[in-house]
Amino acid sequence: MANVFSRIGDWVNERAPNLAPTYRKHMTEYFAPKNFNLWYYFGSLALLVLVNQIVTGIFLTMNYKTSALEAFNSVEYIMRDVEWGWLIRYMHSTGASLFFVVVFLHMFRGIMYGSFKRPRELVWILGMLIFLVLMAEAFMGYVLPWGNMSFWGAKVIISLFGTIPYIGGSLVEWIMGDFLPADATLNRFFALHVIALPLVLLLLVVLHLAALHEVGSNNPDGVDVKHGPKGNKWNPEKPIDAIPFHPYYTVKDLVGVGFFLTIAAFIIFFAPTFGGWFLEHDNFTPANNLVTPSHIKPSWYFTPFYAILRMIPSFFGTAIWGVIGMFGAILLLALLPWIDKGEVRSVRYRGLGFRIALGVLVFSFLALGLVGAGVTAEVIPEWFPGADVTTWENAFGRLMVLGYFGFFVFVWVYTRFGFEKTKPVPERVTMHD
Amino acid sequence: MIKRTISSIALALGLAVATIPALASEGEGLAPAGTNIRDQASLQRGAKLFFNYCVGCHSLKYVRYSRLASDLGLSEEEVMTNLNFTGAKFGEPVISHMPADDAKTWFGKDPPDLSLEARAKGVDFIFNYLNSFYLDPTRPVGWNNTVFPNASMPNPLWELQGLQTAVHGEAAPGQEAVVEKLQISTPGRMSPEEFRGATRDLTAFLEYAAEPAALERQSIGVWVILFLAGLTFLLYLLKHEYWKDVHESH
Ligand code: HEC
Ligand code: HEM
Repeated sequence: MANVFSRIGDWVNERAPNLAPTYRKHMTEYFAPKNFNLWYYFGSLALLVLVNQIVTGIFLTMNYKTSALEAFNSVEYIMRDVEWGWLIRYMHSTGASLFFVVVFLHMFRGIMYGSFKRPRELVWILGMLIFLVLMAEAFMGYVLPWGNMSFWGAKVIISLFGTIPYIGGSLVEWIMGDFLPADATLNRFFALHVIALPLVLLLLVVLHLAALHEVGSNNPDGVDVKHGPKGNKWNPEKPIDAIPFHPYYTVKDLVGVGFFLTIAAFIIFFAPTFGGWFLEHDNFTPANNLVTPSHIKPSWYFTPFYAILRMIPSFFGTAIWGVIGMFGAILLLALLPWIDKGEVRSVRYRGLGFRIALGVLVFSFLALGLVGAGVTAEVIPEWFPGADVTTWENAFGRLMVLGYFGFFVFVWVYTRFGFEKTKPVPERVTMHD
Repeated sequence: MIKRTISSIALALGLAVATIPALASEGEGLAPAGTNIRDQASLQRGAKLFFNYCVGCHSLKYVRYSRLASDLGLSEEEVMTNLNFTGAKFGEPVISHMPADDAKTWFGKDPPDLSLEARAKGVDFIFNYLNSFYLDPTRPVGWNNTVFPNASMPNPLWELQGLQTAVHGEAAPGQEAVVEKLQISTPGRMSPEEFRGATRDLTAFLEYAAEPAALERQSIGVWVILFLAGLTFLLYLLKHEYWKDVHESH
């Protein structure tokens, strides 16, 4: 038997001589710093979720009907009559939300340990492109069940393009292919959601990893293992503090996968709507352009950006500033490698100012999420009876907008003009085990 | 490392928990429905009430009679004689015979399909709604509802509950008096306690109808999670074994 396999292997290798070296380059002879911690699980988990979305998505497509008349019914058909249809749909809908959980944590890790800094700027830029495409992918997917929140969410978000001077109005119609989100919109979103954007996403992920393997991973100490002493147990030329990706990080990532799947299964089987956060109540009613849901809000992972949009007032007779703010919030993240000029990568050895600023960034981002989801509007009257909700919400929300953008301004000033007092960075990684 | 890891996890969990009150915010000020869809007898009683009192106006277009039989533990004959009064075939969905045009003239509104009502509005809403009808001669159908003001649905269960009337509070100048509480003025066939039980059954049935998969979801989930937890533990042991090399290489 073994003989048969090795003969097949030889046969393939003769015809594809690059296969085995590529495998070695990226797996057994790819050396990664040995001190990865919890925060380094999320890259491989993002890959796992990506595969899950594609596989469950293929099965959903087999029974989903792309038409404004049938879409909603076909989703209920999947939920009730298709064998294991409910499981596949919940895996896909929960996967979408967990994708963002994982990617947000993955990005936070990058900021915390300075992974976006030289020489990994390209890895970061590709990551930000992935993030943009992922948001488009999720937005269009959310429209497909053609529930009432699908309809109104699409309407509100697409009309944002209407704030662009001169071309806004026709641009909105061009995107929707109609005057309202309608059958034409649904069909084109389907095409983009199931094939166009996933292809782009896959390509970008491959480039993301290729770019990473070119320069090698950063690590929680932000120390360049490549520049340290050479020679480890596995290879005399490779950095002393690095270990072969396979088998060491493959088995370690598998532990993360096990953990993650357990949590995901808990949600899928016991709380698939996650209290209305992963599947919204209003999306269990079919799309209806005559009945506006009481609170139109996007899915939770868009709410921080949506809050920035809502909190920035319109002036000079146009509401475009909010739209600029929303996209600017993402653009600034992408520009982080050029905004943060600090030499020290990891938060462990950075100045107090950076640590506080990072805390402010995280706090404002989460708080904006709550504002965008309408939680503050509900909580304010409860905690402060008699308070004027709009005034309070705007005051709080705008403060958080300042916190978010303030991070970038502060970090630039702080690192550009030499205010940062860093701690000494160790020569070699500190393995905290 | 371990300490850091634990504090990071604690932080993440803390943030997650902090948002939970917001999750529960749906159905504010409503009494909890307290349904249990795993109680098959309760679902059967609820189905019986639905088909006796509601199907005249409301459909469950995503629910088939045959599915009801298998999910509620009933035989085809039981379903066809005790629940199916519309003359539909066993494999057909539950469609009310109320013609839409008549409904519009009678109630000013089409009675909506209730297949997904429990997911769209929540079980607490349904339970409280069914308990909050009161006589209101100012309304076209003669009924009003404190949970869904000016609903155009008459109380279908009045013979069971009896007639409720509203006790109004002081009216602020220029405004209508608010309803302070509801009172049974003419008792029905059930005591208030029995009626709450009946509406709870009915709500449970609608909860089941909104997501039939919920019946099996959790029992499968227990096994899946046990399996994954075991697998994770084995993977951890495997990692531990491999990583001995790494720890020795210091
Ligand atoms: C006489 C016809 C009729 C009967 C019988 C009837 N309903 Fe209704 N129902 C209506 C109408 C009409 C509405 C629409 C009310 C509105 O929107 O103003 C309605 C609305 C509802 C709603 C709220 C839907 C929403 O807007 O979210 C629920 C829940 C409901 N009915 C449950 C029931 C239940 C349970 C029964 C059986 C106990 C029942 N109904 C029996 C006519 C009826
Ligand atoms: C589909 C989404 C994504 C996938 C599948 C993915 C995958 C990965 C993988 C497997 C790694 C190596 C393992 C690790 O370091 O965790 C990695 C590293 C990295 N990713 Fe991503 N990623 C995604 C999105 C993003 C986004 C949105 C960003 C940020 C904008 C980003 C920035 C980075 C950076 C900076 C690194 C290097 C980290 C370091 O070396 O410390 N990635 N990614």
